[in-house]
Amino acid sequence: MKFLSLLLAIGALSAACSATGSAPAVVTDGHPIFTMGIIHVGSKTDAGYNQAHADAAALVHQKLPYVRVLEAENIAENADVTRVIETMIAQGAKFIIPASFGYLDPAMEAAADHPDVMFDHPAGFKQSDNFHTYWARSDEQSYALGIAAGKMTKTNKLGFIGGFAIPNVLDTINAFTLGARSVNPKAEMHVIFDNTWSDPGKEAASTNALADQGVDVVTMIVDSPITVVQTAEQRGIYSIGFHSTDVQKYAPKGWISGIGFTWSGFFTREIQAIEEGTWKSHPKNIRGDLNSDMVALAPWGPAVPQDVKSAVEAKIGEFKAGRAEVFAGPIKDNKGQLRIPQGQVGDPSLVNTFDWFVEGVVGQGQ
Amino acid sequence: MSTSFFEGVLSGAALSGTSILYATVGEIVGERSGIVNLGLEGVMLVGAVTGFAATAETGNPYIGVMAAAVAGGVFNMVFAYLVVTRRGNQLASGLTLMFLALGITAIAGKPYVGKPIAGLKDLPIPGLAGLPQVGHALFDKDPLVYLAIPFALAAWFLLHRTSWGLRVRSVGESKTVAFAAGLKPERLQYQALLAAGVLGGIGGGHLSIAYTKTWQEGMTAGAGFIAVGLVIFAAWSPVRAIVGALLFGGAVAIQLQMQARGSSVSPFLLDMMPYLVVLVVLMLFGRMKGRSVPAGLKDVFEGTGR
Repeated sequence: MKFLSLLLAIGALSAACSATGSAPAVVTDGHPIFTMGIIHVGSKTDAGYNQAHADAAALVHQKLPYVRVLEAENIAENADVTRVIETMIAQGAKFIIPASFGYLDPAMEAAADHPDVMFDHPAGFKQSDNFHTYWARSDEQSYALGIAAGKMTKTNKLGFIGGFAIPNVLDTINAFTLGARSVNPKAEMHVIFDNTWSDPGKEAASTNALADQGVDVVTMIVDSPITVVQTAEQRGIYSIGFHSTDVQKYAPKGWISGIGFTWSGFFTREIQAIEEGTWKSHPKNIRGDLNSDMVALAPWGPAVPQDVKSAVEAKIGEFKAGRAEVFAGPIKDNKGQLRIPQGQVGDPSLVNTFDWFVEGVVGQGQ
Repeated sequence: MSTSFFEGVLSGAALSGTSILYATVGEIVGERSGIVNLGLEGVMLVGAVTGFAATAETGNPYIGVMAAAVAGGVFNMVFAYLVVTRRGNQLASGLTLMFLALGITAIAGKPYVGKPIAGLKDLPIPGLAGLPQVGHALFDKDPLVYLAIPFALAAWFLLHRTSWGLRVRSVGESKTVAFAAGLKPERLQYQALLAAGVLGGIGGGHLSIAYTKTWQEGMTAGAGFIAVGLVIFAAWSPVRAIVGALLFGGAVAIQLQMQARGSSVSPFLLDMMPYLVVLVVLMLFGRMKGRSVPAGLKDVFEGTGR
């Protein structure tokens, strides 16, 4: 499966010019060409995780026309990625984004072999001189969109479809539920885990199961939101997306909004820092938040009334100004135990340690 | 307007069971001629991507379904050539073709990832769709759902009530005897595998054109292997395959419905349920009398064939 993708990717990269085949031409205006490489684990058009990265790379080229972007998609998380990296470096790449968490070890080894090439790896936890990491927290947006869901539901039942019950997915579910219940204390969150990041059949079945249960707003964290959003539209319920801001076309009626990761500004700054020679001296781990340009809300769908938009935007404003916290006590878990007392705020490390659901979530943490 | 647990499960069973039923019935026809195709998953993927692409290009999901059927049939002819004409090992050939299909469909399908299609729409059956409990679950679905059981019954009729079926089954029992009786075993095997490929292709097509309206690489996610397993469960009978596919689809639906209702059982455990159900049924009925394993298949598994 991935093997043929690898052959094709390397073939296309090696045939020097064809690497930019369909991409817009590089315009130098006297500025030396800068080559960057980006490697995707899935398809660039999944309207999800991979597309968020691919769209960002395309925008980098728009902002800095002298940047040549080498891209490879559907590359497996094993030694295949090493071969793609080597090919990109042979094509002159000075900056590589191995854009999947699972590329960590092979990419780090390649970085050690090429100290003059800079690497940025998403959501990772290991760094070196020329291997940095980046990500952006999105729980504040989750909380804010929870407000939209809580205000728009008529059945008071919200649904979430998760790939796996891992801490950062639980973090999103909890933030979303807290937001919904802050405006609608009757709101309940129904959670289904598919135990896979990508299985359209199961995602459709899960969406149907939630709709059958009376859920009328559904959101998700799976690789590609397309199936969930389309099935929700078909069932006549609302949907909220995650990963890419470009999902509305799959649910022209029921789309509310979504969280999208928007990496282009960050990639652009990284390229400029490499050119200026300041890249190695800046922080090795960059974590964005809603005050950064790394994460954004998707455009509103037509069904969202003005008062809902205002409530969400007001909350975002409070988060930006530092006047509000997502996990502000008192917070109980869904078994009734007090987890965060009055006057305290959840520890930032919760995103990596959550194994419980907040009150209002119907379902099991593990 | 929430629906009852029963209705939700029934509806989910019909939807998840449909593509598996087409594929299982197809595999039964092939195995009745003495040939096991472990690469059914690949046939389904070829059907899924071709059907999706044809739907996206023409805007007509019915053309998409036809394209899925044709593509599945043609792809299975490659398998037929390998195992019937070239006499390659069936298990190895099937698996190899599955991996080939995974790669080919991933690349051929690249332009179609994320393409929105209208797909095959639900056609509520007047009078029946409004019935309480079962109306929405069974009579408010897409045409491929309605046709799945008639197809299974037709396959049973074809295999057990026509002379073509008798000839196919005799080839499946013993190629030598069938040959001595003046049949053309290889031609019959080609025909059976063509039918198997067409049905597998439709099964994959249902997944991409009707059920999810999405193409994603590797989207069958093991459905083809489940179908191969259900053939044994169904004891090579297309009629029993209906029960098997609905039971499996129902088990998938039950676990998701339970999660949606906040069951206190771990989702990992619930996730195993469909497989446990199949396992239990195999244990309970595995030694039932009158099981009709095509004798020719023994050669494949015991390595006594060529």
